[in-house]
This record gives sequence, structure tokens and C-alpha cells, in this order.
Amino acid sequence: MAADEHTRSVTASPDVAARAPGSAWPKAALGVLPAALVALFPPAAVAWGLEFYMGLVTKAMVFALAASGLNLVLGFGGLVSFGHATYFGLGAYTVAVLAREGTTSAWVVWPTAVLVAAAVATAVAAICLRTRGLYFIMITLAFAQMFYYGVISFKQYGGEDGLRAPRTDFGLPLGDVEVYYLVLAVLVVCLWLLWRIVHARFGRALQAIRDNESRATAIGFSAYPYQLVAFAVSGAITGLAGVLMVHYTQYASPYMLSWPQSGHLMLMVILGGVGRFWGGVLGAAAMVALEEVFHSVTIHWQLGVGAVLLAVVLLAPRGIAGILEGRPR
Amino acid sequence: MPLSLVVEQLLNGLQFGLMLFLLAAGLTLVLGIMDVVNLAHGSLYMIGAYLAATFIGVTGSFWVGAALAVAATAVVGTLLEVSVLRRLYARDHLTQVLATFALILIFNEGVRIVWGPHALLLSVPSELAQPVRVLPDLGYSAYRLTIIGAGLGLAVALFLLIHRTRIGMWVRAGASNRAMAQAMGVPIRQVFTVVFAAGAALCAVAGALLGPILAVQVGMGESILILAFVVVVIGGIGSIKGALLGAIVVGTVDTAGRAFLPMLLVRLASPEVASNLGPALASILIYLLMAIVLFFRPQGLFPVRI
Repeated sequence: MAADEHTRSVTASPDVAARAPGSAWPKAALGVLPAALVALFPPAAVAWGLEFYMGLVTKAMVFALAASGLNLVLGFGGLVSFGHATYFGLGAYTVAVLAREGTTSAWVVWPTAVLVAAAVATAVAAICLRTRGLYFIMITLAFAQMFYYGVISFKQYGGEDGLRAPRTDFGLPLGDVEVYYLVLAVLVVCLWLLWRIVHARFGRALQAIRDNESRATAIGFSAYPYQLVAFAVSGAITGLAGVLMVHYTQYASPYMLSWPQSGHLMLMVILGGVGRFWGGVLGAAAMVALEEVFHSVTIHWQLGVGAVLLAVVLLAPRGIAGILEGRPR
Repeated sequence: MPLSLVVEQLLNGLQFGLMLFLLAAGLTLVLGIMDVVNLAHGSLYMIGAYLAATFIGVTGSFWVGAALAVAATAVVGTLLEVSVLRRLYARDHLTQVLATFALILIFNEGVRIVWGPHALLLSVPSELAQPVRVLPDLGYSAYRLTIIGAGLGLAVALFLLIHRTRIGMWVRAGASNRAMAQAMGVPIRQVFTVVFAAGAALCAVAGALLGPILAVQVGMGESILILAFVVVVIGGIGSIKGALLGAIVVGTVDTAGRAFLPMLLVRLASPEVASNLGPALASILIYLLMAIVLFFRPQGLFPVRI
């Protein structure tokens, strides 16, 4: 799982690699078509009465952002966080609670929500990074459970029922089409940011620590600060996805912080391809599509989703990104 | 605070802890020996409870039904190990998480298809329906006392099995270093199949015994699974002793916290704050405990020696 597209150009300076993808261009061209379809979809959806599918794509893009945020620590950092739903939910709840208290300006609410998620992620990681492996998985889960029970205990903010939240605005009201483009814009900006992070010196150091911590330490990278910063950025991005989720559903639910939600985000990353840049996006899209397809066919849709996931594990160990890349490297 | 109340809550905690131990025992050995993160362990508990409900209905006897369910769940466990788990040994934890999460979805929907969406009700066997006088002013459920007895009995039996028999020696060897044990001639594959089936059987015991106290329903495995993982991690992965101690600590802290924390808070804070904070703190307590334990002892309380 360690070998992926980034390790090929290790010798090249990261800046050169980021500015001039070179041989990556033909592959990038393959991505232009789906990107164009996503960008041009809303007018067509409105014209042909396919608003439902527009909502579905919005949802997939929100999860793509959350999963990509998680993939930074999970895939590129090798840190299995089983508690990322916390940051997703905290982003959503910050919006909903502030709205309940009368603050609906997006210029205030969005940065606050992202800061809250980032601050909590930093604090949690500062403690969790003392442990390794399975113990790390479990301690991140422990903190996630604490926040979950913390949120459902605040009865004035909905408790177990969750909290309705009006859409925050940037000075103009947002309809479904506007939310779609908003989510798309945020996703594109964040993916660009993540691409820069992963291909910068920071990202390469992070991956070196993942692949062999003692070797990375020996050449002068201490693991802790890199992993801590990666966790903070990851929490911020996942929190931002939570903010977007509230704009899509207009509702903050305690389920967003629950451990099955953490598992769901992890499934998307694993399904798409752990530590592959497009893994989060592909996994989220595949998962949303998979659930929708089975949901429309049978009430026992979870059986179908489970069977497909199991088949992917047994037959395609490197996830969807692995399949798309073709031959093993 | 009256003594009878404290004793009652401690007994409840012990009873819950021993049931957690039955789940954690299998979980910790699977994790310790084969390094497999099995999220579907809770599903075996659910399957056990549903099979118990069915067999009890068919046979008309609680104990015969429960015994049949335990045997049947062991068979389910064996089939699961042979068909899926076996393919996951060589894979990383993430892949195991994905695969066993998929198994949860499959088991949950399977149960819903076979038994329907509604919770099943199991009743306490009639001979144990009357309370027993434990203290002069405390009558305690005879059924819960039986659970405590069964849990303690199984814990002792398992302990002797692991620490006094040849197969137990193999299991311990596998848990501390699988490769070395294999090199020394331990048939790890076969040992593991037995351990997995036994773990499934213990899940079914817990499912059958807890059935009359908690509802038998889809998803019952997930909530208790997390607690079982907490137990395993607090105790130290692969350690039966750790699982027992961790389970009793978690069971007692969780039960006592739910009973006494709200009462304590009412005295310390305003009623409004107390009613908000009490249940939250009680739910958080064991996770706080786990975080503290891992902070000071990152390998758990009883790490398996390597």
C-alpha cells in the first residue's frame, strides 16, 4: 500500500512536480470529462426535473471533502483515526448552535466552525499521538465517544433530536443550485490545498514518517509535529465538510458525531484507496452511488452494500483508485 | 446513601462486567493471536441472542434453548472464520475494518430478513423470577445472580483452560508472538479456528443471558462491541487476565457512574446543570477512563509479554 503515484518522483523537487505534472497530463485529461459533467449538471437537472440527483451529487461532494480530509491522516499519515465524525459533527453543530443564538453570517460562522474543529482535532491528537497502532485507533474512538455523549446531553441544543439550522448566508440567500456550486467551489479549493500539502516538503515528510518512522527520524524529521499539524488540517477540512452538510440538510444531527459515522467516512477512504490522492473523492462518490442504487431496489439495501464492500476487499485490495491505476506498481 | 443501594449497583456492575468479559475474551484473543480487528464480533452476540430466542421458543425451555444457541453460534463462528476471516490475516487493520464492517451490514440485514424488524422479547426463566434477599433490606434479582454465577464460572474455567492446559499454552504462545509460536510447532491455524469458534460461543452465552434483560434487536451488537473493545484495550490486547479485570472495571464504573454521578451532581450544581451534565458525564466516564489508562500505560494494564 505504500507505493503510490507520489513516490515515483521522489527525486524531483516537490515544487517542480506540483507545477509541471508532465506525464500525468494524459491521465488528468481523463478527469476533465467527469469534472465538466459535475460543473454543468445543475442547469440540466433543473431543466429536466432531476433536482433529486442534484441533491445526491451535493451530498457526495460533501462526503468527498470529509473523506479527503480524513485521507490526509489515514492515508498519507498512516494514522488510523476512528473518530473523524467528531470534527464533521462539530463543524455542523457550530453552525447550528450559532444560528440558534442568532448569528447567521457565513463570514463569522464558517471560520468559527473550522477553528473549533481544528482546535479540537489538535487537542485530541496531542494526547492520542502518544499511542501507536490499535491503541491509537481506540483512543481516537474514546475521544469521539466523549464528544458524542457531550453533544446529546445538551438538551437546549436538541439533545438526541438534533438541531435544525437555517442556511447561513454570504449576504444573499442560498437555494439548492447555489448550495451545489458553493459545495463544488469549496471542494475544488480544498482539494487544491490538499494536493499542495501532500506534494510539498511537509507532505513528503509525513509520508516518509508513515512508511518508516525510525528511518525518517534518523534523517532528522521528528514525527510528532508533522503528525500533529496533519491532524489539525485534517480536522479543519472535515469540519468544513460538516459546515457544508448543514447547508445541504439544514439540520445538525448527533448521528454526525457517532462512531458508525466515523466508520462510514473510513469506509469511503478505504473503498476509494487509502493514501491515494483521489481515494476520498472516488470512495465517497462510489459509496453514495452504491447506497442509492441498492436503496432504490430493496429495503434491505444494507445487505447489498455490505456484499459489494466485502467483494471489493477480497478482490480489489487497493481500492477503486488502485483499479483505475491498473497494473500493480 | 443507603448501603443497599450501593450493593445493588455494585452487583449490577459486576453482572454487566462479567457479560462484557464473555465478549472481550474472544475479541482479545482474535486480536492478540491473528492481529485481526473483528468489528463483526458484536454480530455474533446478536446472532446468539436471536438464535436463543428462537430455540427457547421451539423447545419451551430457557436452558435447553440457550445451550442449542451457543452450539449453533459456534458453528456460525467457524463458518465465518473459514469463509471470510481466513482471507484477512495477511491484510492490514484498515482492510479488516472495512471487511468486518461489511459483515455487520450483512448480518444486520440478514437478521432483519429472517426475524423481522421488531425487537424480540425474552422472559426470565420462571424458576428465577423471584428476588433473593441479599441484605436485610435488599432483594436482588435471582436471574441476575445466576448471570453473575455463570459469568464467574466461565471466567474461572477459561482461566484454567488458558493457563493450565496444552491448548491454553498454545493460545498464550500465539498471543505473545505468533511467528515464534508457529516456528516452535504450534498449529496456529487450527488453534485459531478453535479460539474463534469458542469466542463465538461465549458471545452467544452473553447474548442468551442478557436477552431477557436487554431487548433482542438489530444493532444490539454494535453498542456493546465498542464497550468490549474498550475492555480489551484497557486490559491489554491478547491478555485474558486483562480482559477480566478490564471488564469488571468497565462494568462497575459504567453502572455506578450512571447511578451515582447524577445524584452527586445534584448536590454540587444547580438542578438544570446537573440534569444536563449528569447523564453525559456518566456516559463519558469509561471513555475518559480508557483515555487516561492509555495515556499512562499505552499498552494497557496487562500487556502480553513478548
